[in-house]
Amino acid sequence: MSELTDLTVAAIRAGVATGDFTAGEVAEAFNANVAAAQKALNAFIIATPEHALEAAAKVDADRAAGKPLGKLAGVPIGMKDLFCTKGVQTTAASHILEGFTPEYESSVSQKLWDAGAGMLGKLNLDQFAMGSSNETSYFGNVISPWRRNGGGNAALAPGGSSGGSSAAIAARLCPAATGTDTGGSIRQPAAFTGISGIKPTYGRCSRWGIVAFASSLDQAGPMARDVRDCAIMLEVMAGFDAKDATSLDLPVPEWEKGLSGDLKGKKVGIPREYRLDGMDDDVDKAWAQGIAWLKDAGAEVVDISLPHTKYALPTYYIIAPAEASSNLARYDGVRYGLRDLPDGANLQDMYAATRAAGFGAEVKRRILIGTYVLSAGFYDAYYTQAQKVRTLISRDFTEAFKGCDVILAPTTPSAAFALGEKSADPLEMYLNDVFSVPASLAGLPAMSVPAGLNREGLPLGLQLIGRPFDEQGVLNAGLAIEQRAGFAARPERWW
Amino acid sequence: MSVDTATVAKIAALARLKVSEAELAAMVPELNGILSWIEQLSEVDVSGAEPMTAVIENHLRLRDDVINADPLTGGGKRDAVLANAPAAEHGFFAVPKVIE
Repeated sequence: MSELTDLTVAAIRAGVATGDFTAGEVAEAFNANVAAAQKALNAFIIATPEHALEAAAKVDADRAAGKPLGKLAGVPIGMKDLFCTKGVQTTAASHILEGFTPEYESSVSQKLWDAGAGMLGKLNLDQFAMGSSNETSYFGNVISPWRRNGGGNAALAPGGSSGGSSAAIAARLCPAATGTDTGGSIRQPAAFTGISGIKPTYGRCSRWGIVAFASSLDQAGPMARDVRDCAIMLEVMAGFDAKDATSLDLPVPEWEKGLSGDLKGKKVGIPREYRLDGMDDDVDKAWAQGIAWLKDAGAEVVDISLPHTKYALPTYYIIAPAEASSNLARYDGVRYGLRDLPDGANLQDMYAATRAAGFGAEVKRRILIGTYVLSAGFYDAYYTQAQKVRTLISRDFTEAFKGCDVILAPTTPSAAFALGEKSADPLEMYLNDVFSVPASLAGLPAMSVPAGLNREGLPLGLQLIGRPFDEQGVLNAGLAIEQRAGFAARPERWW
Repeated sequence: MSVDTATVAKIAALARLKVSEAELAAMVPELNGILSWIEQLSEVDVSGAEPMTAVIENHLRLRDDVINADPLTGGGKRDAVLANAPAAEHGFFAVPKVIE
């Protein structure tokens, strides 16, 4: 038998159900991997081995008693530290929430525990999910398990903001993890680490209990090693929740059962505006390969146009900071989290000192941008204009989907970059989200699947974008690529 | 549009962020870089486009008008609400004196 930590979610679930191994053995194996990698990769902010063991013990007892098992029975997972977990510190990778111990459980994490999953720990991320490299965490960088071939051993970014999730899955510290995606925070880290991840239609997963960044964009979704595991996880995570006003009151489809890599009769759109000047050769090749794979799966490939693509990033960097500046106003040193009360300070001084001490540089930058674009005199020029352009971007997709069923594009403009390589210039970092932001602005389901390795031996991802509510179409096209890519590369263990 | 030190100081005050002179000096060019980049949105013809309000069509719901409809978010949770407060006294959040 192969190592338990090499198994997929589907294989762990099946093995536990048939009794090939116990949930307890699985939890122990992953707990050991988490502990062994912590120093080198820093993927977790805290490990919760006892939580994983407790959940496993319950599954093993249920099985022994002949009780029905949940959809994730015996599967230990990583939880991005943006999800509130009752009795377990939840920080959003910030100093201001260090020590915050929620009195309640987020809706999505509760669904996962109810399905029999256990928690290996709280995964590191960019602070308040603001970043594309996991370099803005108060708790230190996450190091990607991948390294460029040809030596050098430069520490690479695992992507962001779900960088702890991506690194942990790629390094076999967990078979699956939760992520959240505001402008690409599931897809970009998945692409950087050779794993899969899907952001569902806005509203599929409840935002209740997830630390808010930009509420009109934030969506939770799963990250795992293959498409089937993403489908299994998403089925559990999705569903109506009265506690989130934007939650979709729709039945959750049986995505796993509906999986099919046969794309006969489907049309795949290739957006011409995603072909950038001076595009990375390897990314271009992976995209062409993806087109060939989807044709081979029976799909017809058509050219499409998304004319406002170039405006998606600047639109995003108005709307997301605007919403963030408003959402993050709650951190005031009064109700939870850090308080900095200088001698003789009044209430206003306390707010300003607390927020100065508790937020990192990128978070402050976005709060300032957001406050500026929402301020009197500038609101219409920036914020209203951005919301109008957002309407046009969304309309582009609606038009495009009249002529195709799913869109294929690269996930990122390059493979993983080295830590420190882009952190000096915020704009350069923002540009890394060029391919992922448009689908976020339009609230569409979108997924990244591994396509292959670049010339440096680093993973590249392909992105599939679907119509609203058509996660199935996205998963199926992802599966068609997965079946043909045969991506089996994994980082060689050095940690 | 570009911002100067005084404007950034004003925004920071609005956002309740204490910033030092040195931080201000560093932020001005950074914010100007970002703002001049997002300036390109002004060239987009938005005639006929309403500002986006909901990205996916959805209806806002009203819950039943009953107390404790959802016990998790209903009332009677004083101790849980105060559990993470940096300072709580007599069942209230405590803050520095605000009335002289």
